[in-house]
Amino acid sequence: MSDRKGSFNLIRLAHGAGGVLQEELINFITKNITFKNVNEGIGVEELDDGATIPLEDYDQEIVVSADGHTVYPLFFPGGNLGILSVCGTVNDLIMMGAKPLAITSIIIIEEGFKFDTLEKIINSFNFKAKEANLAIIAGDTKIMPRGTLNEMIMATTGIGIKDKNIKILDSNLKPGDKIIITGSIGDHGTALISSREGLNISADLKSDVELLTEIYNQLHQEINNNYIHAMKDPTRGGIAGSLNDWAKKSNVSIMIEEEKVPIKRQVHAICEMLGLDPYTIACEGRALLSVESTKAEEILSKIKSTSIGEKAEIIGEVGIENPKKVFLKTLVGGTRFIDTPLGEPIPRIC
Amino acid sequence: MEVPGTEIFRNKEYAIKIVNSIKQILKELEKPIKIMHVCGTHEHTISKYGLRSLLPRELEILSGPGCPVCVCPAADIDKAIELGKRKDTIITTFGDMIRVPASNISLAELKAEGADIRIVYSPYEAIRIAKENPNKEVIFFAIGFETTAPLIGYEIKNNPPSNFSVICAHKLIPAALELLISQSQLNIHGFISPGHVSTIIGLKPFKLFSDAYKVPNVIAGFEPNDVLLGILMLLKQIKEKKFETLNEYSRVVKPEGNKIAQDIINEVFESISSPWRGIGRILDGGLVIRNKYNEFDADKKFDIKIEKSQDIPPGCSCHLIMVGKLYPYQCKLFRKDCTPLNPIGPCMVSQEGTCSIYYNYYKE
Repeated sequence: MSDRKGSFNLIRLAHGAGGVLQEELINFITKNITFKNVNEGIGVEELDDGATIPLEDYDQEIVVSADGHTVYPLFFPGGNLGILSVCGTVNDLIMMGAKPLAITSIIIIEEGFKFDTLEKIINSFNFKAKEANLAIIAGDTKIMPRGTLNEMIMATTGIGIKDKNIKILDSNLKPGDKIIITGSIGDHGTALISSREGLNISADLKSDVELLTEIYNQLHQEINNNYIHAMKDPTRGGIAGSLNDWAKKSNVSIMIEEEKVPIKRQVHAICEMLGLDPYTIACEGRALLSVESTKAEEILSKIKSTSIGEKAEIIGEVGIENPKKVFLKTLVGGTRFIDTPLGEPIPRIC
Repeated sequence: MEVPGTEIFRNKEYAIKIVNSIKQILKELEKPIKIMHVCGTHEHTISKYGLRSLLPRELEILSGPGCPVCVCPAADIDKAIELGKRKDTIITTFGDMIRVPASNISLAELKAEGADIRIVYSPYEAIRIAKENPNKEVIFFAIGFETTAPLIGYEIKNNPPSNFSVICAHKLIPAALELLISQSQLNIHGFISPGHVSTIIGLKPFKLFSDAYKVPNVIAGFEPNDVLLGILMLLKQIKEKKFETLNEYSRVVKPEGNKIAQDIINEVFESISSPWRGIGRILDGGLVIRNKYNEFDADKKFDIKIEKSQDIPPGCSCHLIMVGKLYPYQCKLFRKDCTPLNPIGPCMVSQEGTCSIYYNYYKE
């Protein structure tokens, strides 16, 4: 029995927004799990992008990621639920340094949903999986009575493989590391917000949803040599959430330089207008990397050579003073703190 | 990162030059110097760009009661909550408002319990919801200062649907400013006045106070260099013992303000002695809908009476923080019992609330 009373006994939208409340929800769900990993691999308590199953007598291990996918609207500028599901799953595997092999797909549909719409989403899913060279190996389908679910949701499991000695973890940042972002931030969340009902903001802006495979392929050598200490796709909670996660798990501080962070003009304009903070807004095709400082420039130029990494930048570095905190050197030279976002970003008034 | 149109106002070289001039003047003044602004957006700019970290410690920048969400009395929120419990009723309001704790619960908690509470970006959206739901009562919970009043005034004036009404909790800034200036124990050397409000009401209402109370005043914009320049303009006045209202935000604020918006406010509303959360009743501190538009005034339409309400919960220091008597970290609940996840006082809720801004951008 929980001792939650009144409103504290209710799950709110913010519990899924990648912030502090989500952390609380995950802890609530996982606190009584006792069997958490296989062969001392990475298990649920690490709360990383995925888990590992080390294979005895082999130099490799299996990497598994689990992901639920919901998006409103189902079709948004630059993508749809099917594309989002594959990209989210593949990117989670890559963020562990793994080569993606296969995906499973669970589709739950509301009664009355149109075959035509389903077909578009499934076609996108299949197309994107093929592009990622990913086998679709199992699946399940359920239908729920009208009104008990909104349209359609998907859930996937990603399976990949990696060498046991590759160590790319949230808890592995080293003082002196450089922080790289592979492209402009906030495109996905802002494109969604501007396409949602009622806002009528017309902006030439697309979601950044994309496979990070090309970047993974370019960085093969650096991954194998452990020059890349951590990788994370800043989805819910944006880079503010991811960086704070890193700082806490690695017991380091991170200093970000505002003038280096790539943000599109449209994203900036919409965020300023609505009082949103681009650092807290989701990306679906970007990665943050924490890399060995001596290799940073080389890694950056490799990322920049890919079609999805042209706008990559070194945006900050890892320190030891004031551990577990993330700081921002602002445009005008001031310093402030970047906090873990609390919940769903909501626009302010005037 | 390049932000169109803001190259000058966020330029580091200019910022350094202004900060150096501020330090220079400060040498010639008796310290500490206390400056107060009365706008949540100013506090947001100051904190977001780390401006305090650039300025000497003996120059204190205090945050006044400039967050419309924070100063809205609990009784008005209680009223919206009571109305929201009614069948076939949709309550619409601005985003931050739904999370503010009232006497018992917040609108967000009522929403989680199943009430139809919707966040809108403008009063026009509330009108649209009313037209789409002719069988439901759509109530717009209107809060804000002179900046948001013309928008809702415009809708009330232009034949809204009969199932639409407004809880009017608008507040007026000049009256609050006068109250703060007249509290001599605060020892404030100068004020930074809000550019947005001035855009509507012009310079005159502010000039009255700088003349009468001999306190310098600068109307400033919201980019970091706007605020820094505003501070420099205040310090120059302090040094030269001048007491004027100067306009740093002249690219937007016209001396006479926005006449059309003023006319709409005067047509639909009248000023009234009004309670501010944590501060008390302020003469001419708020707006009420004129009798002519009674049918759209939720107060008159539904006759909800809130007998007893609680603005400041036990232990909360919001009433002192709002008038610059305490910094958020001097409140014993700050960051311990009171956090943006579990706000106890109103200043911890809104992104314009002083406590919430300090929680996000500062680590003591």
